[in-house]
Amino acid sequence: MPCTVSMTVNGKAVSREVEERTLLVTFLRDQIGLTGTHVGCDTSQCGACVVHVDGRSVKSCTMLAVQADGAAVTTIEGLAAADGTLHPMQAAFREHHGLQCGFCTPGMVMSAVDLVTNHPSPTEQEVREGLEGNICRCTGYHNIVKAVMAGAEAMQGGTMKAAAE
Amino acid sequence: MANPNGIGAPVRRREDARFLTGRGTYTDDINRPGQTHAVFVRSPYAHATIRGIDAAEAMQAPGVIAVLTGADMAADKVGSLPCGWQIHSKDGSPMKEPPHFPIARDRARYVGDAVAVVIAETREQAKDAAELVMVDYEELPAAVTSLKALEGGAPQVHDDVGGNLCFDWHLGDAAAVDAAFAQAAHVAKLDLINQRLVPKAMEPRAALGEYDRATGEHTLTTTSQNPHVIRLLMGAFVLGIPEHKLRVVAPDVGGGFGSKIFHYGEEAVVTWAAKKVGRPVKWTAERSESFLTDAHGRDHVSHAELALDKDGNFLALRVATVANMGAYLSTFAPSIPTYLYATLLAGQYKTPAIYAEVKAVFTNTVPVDAYRGAGRPEACYLIERLVEVAAAETGIDKAELRRRNFVPAAAMPYQTPVALQYDTGDFAKNLDIALPLVDYDGFAARKADSVRRGKLRGIGFATYIEACGIAPSNIAGALGARAGLYESAEVRFHPTGSVTVFTGSHSHGQGHETTFAQLVSERFGVPIENVEIVHGDTSKIPFGMGTYGSRSLAVGGSAIVKAMDKVERKAKKIAAHMLEAAEADIEAKDGRFVVAGTDKSLTIGDIALQAYVPHNFPLDELEPGLDEQAFYDPKNFTYPNGCHVCEVEIDPDTGVVQVVNFAAVDDFGRVINPLIVEGQVHGGLVQGIGQALLENCVYDPESGQLLTGSYMDYCMPRADDVPSFTVRYHEDQPCTHNPLGVKGCGEAGTIGASAAVMNAVVHALSEYGITHLDMPATPERVWQAIRHHTPAQAAE
Repeated sequence: MPCTVSMTVNGKAVSREVEERTLLVTFLRDQIGLTGTHVGCDTSQCGACVVHVDGRSVKSCTMLAVQADGAAVTTIEGLAAADGTLHPMQAAFREHHGLQCGFCTPGMVMSAVDLVTNHPSPTEQEVREGLEGNICRCTGYHNIVKAVMAGAEAMQGGTMKAAAE
Repeated sequence: MANPNGIGAPVRRREDARFLTGRGTYTDDINRPGQTHAVFVRSPYAHATIRGIDAAEAMQAPGVIAVLTGADMAADKVGSLPCGWQIHSKDGSPMKEPPHFPIARDRARYVGDAVAVVIAETREQAKDAAELVMVDYEELPAAVTSLKALEGGAPQVHDDVGGNLCFDWHLGDAAAVDAAFAQAAHVAKLDLINQRLVPKAMEPRAALGEYDRATGEHTLTTTSQNPHVIRLLMGAFVLGIPEHKLRVVAPDVGGGFGSKIFHYGEEAVVTWAAKKVGRPVKWTAERSESFLTDAHGRDHVSHAELALDKDGNFLALRVATVANMGAYLSTFAPSIPTYLYATLLAGQYKTPAIYAEVKAVFTNTVPVDAYRGAGRPEACYLIERLVEVAAAETGIDKAELRRRNFVPAAAMPYQTPVALQYDTGDFAKNLDIALPLVDYDGFAARKADSVRRGKLRGIGFATYIEACGIAPSNIAGALGARAGLYESAEVRFHPTGSVTVFTGSHSHGQGHETTFAQLVSERFGVPIENVEIVHGDTSKIPFGMGTYGSRSLAVGGSAIVKAMDKVERKAKKIAAHMLEAAEADIEAKDGRFVVAGTDKSLTIGDIALQAYVPHNFPLDELEPGLDEQAFYDPKNFTYPNGCHVCEVEIDPDTGVVQVVNFAAVDDFGRVINPLIVEGQVHGGLVQGIGQALLENCVYDPESGQLLTGSYMDYCMPRADDVPSFTVRYHEDQPCTHNPLGVKGCGEAGTIGASAAVMNAVVHALSEYGITHLDMPATPERVWQAIRHHTPAQAAE
């Protein structure tokens, strides 16, 4: 039986009629057309689909769209400022070459923002443990960790360190 | 002033803007009006006769448009997926090459082999209906592991391939090796397994087929590293569609690591089915389906022996390897355990005689083909483990033993006994840089500290050399490649001075849109933002062999340089005409074209405009336009090389191995973008560490069921499994035969890392009398090894 699901996505109210079994990630990608959120696995392991639901990071392949009814959802498309200025975490990933193929990147950035929101000055080990739920096959995590540390500093209002060691 | 976006600058990547904001366009992000969805029915058995398929109930399910089978493809004369490389056995007979149909026809040969495809209005409907397709299987006994498949009486994967032997190949001089072993003062021996891996790019494979009834043109959008190769293979061999009616697009691709080189059956099925159902057909693999159907990597079982004289000089190397091909030959499969493996067995050493035998075997498992490094990690792992064993047995320091046997820089170019000619390399220099980086001399003190804390500590080396820049077409052809392996480029200046570069290389994470633009910016002084790099679309690019084997810059970049040479020659002609000077007097530098000895000059922008507004060109001598195309075929392979050092600490109570330090010193020739190069090394290292410590693809040896079929069972390296790295490179040994002097960096990390880690692990465990451990060194495996051995101290 189709049901109606309504939520706010990146500040815009949306409402769609969907099958009950529709996952939040499918809703975002296929119903709303926001394809920045990716599907990298089917066992909630890879984290490519991480979005924020009411300010908390969620693997959107692990949540039904109906469970997000009434929620405020932010996807990677909604992270930068309205004028296009990158979020400090996005800027840090670019500055420190924290992405290669880009497929895990949206989930990685959304997880990193949540991590830093909860742990404003993480150590390298905390960053590594905090990103345990996001798999990247390209970067070897070295530059992701650097980017998240720099992004954390920038989110605190600090300036970004140069990428060079 | 140096160009801030030129060669050598750590230019921040241009492609990142779209990837960081969710605006990348991957295949599954594309949806077409009227699009239908394909879901495959796959064999749940490793080996089974397909006695019949009843699709009646599935056809009645909501939204179902078609259920198609191998019989339908046969009726439409769809061909077999071709293999791109032919190997001949010792006796001169060609390899066995059984047919590999996109959908199995009479027998399923691995768990996941496609048996039917359901096409429906929605993906969910197709998935539901796929459950209703009734396949009458008769399960057959399966040949799962390579060694068992070779045994007499093993189940036959293909009826006409006796003993499941695809080929029995060899390389090198057996008699010279036997003679050298007869003279040896010491022989080091090792049996080792290079375990099967799953490449696992983060984007699952996907394919979207379209057919335009008005023009008769087919379009395939696919997750490919080489769309032109897919067009050629699928068009000419599988579906019989001529190139001018077949467009293949590989848009943003989320990683490849080799697994997206090959032409897969699903690509042919959606292309064929789109015409059949008259609507676009999209298929996207679920991750579990990827585990079952993406080509796997490695899977070698080897015995190796190294002969040394009394001073530790290597006299000869003897290797016998059994390589698992899986159920069918994937596109590049036969080349991996042969010409990309045995030819690298000299490594960095001047071993005068080498002989390798390789048996390739069919089994009831998914095909095995190139995975990052592709043959070269297997070669490096074998040599470097064996050298470490030799060092331990002879008591010669492992760094010193390597140094003693290095091919000296002065001996370059160096002809190995296994068919390659190294152009450049200073292996001692790599080692000299690496030793202080890891404080080799301080190891004993660090070990003492570990011991105080109840831990074990080990340090391990791996030196590697790889043949990249694949490949010189003449050599590749002589070795069995059925295609040339050059690359194409087109450099098009537009009237107002901006540039579009069309490249046959494909970027799926490597950053070509940045690196290639740096080449153009450097050469012509054009601002980098005015250079567009176009790749991945057969309708735009002249031709392309794609990206694999660390070839994009060495081959694709060189093609761009060659096209830029042609642009410059043409620009000089135009400048000579405009400045009323002799063409020979025009000098080009940083985008300015100067009449030698005068202050008369033009910019490339001035010239580009004139090229397209040629009101007074002498048309007999000078054509309008500034748009040049080039094909570059390398003269030799390139030979990146390096020295990797790993230090580990092991908790003997839990078996947990922690990589506490890892340094990589590499010679990639000239470096265009150090930021990107270092990123490639980091990623490669973690794939190598993953193989050494975590990853293992396991099939049940009896039933052939894939036991590691998800990320919950197949252990991918995560951020907290690995350390940060110390990465250094030097540019003193540029490649001598390509115009950029570049060697390639994409696979290096993976080639060196597993051997370095395992050497460190075995070193740490050596006090228990452990001389070898097969990968991956999981806590359980290390713990078991410790439990089954006695500490040397206790035994004394």
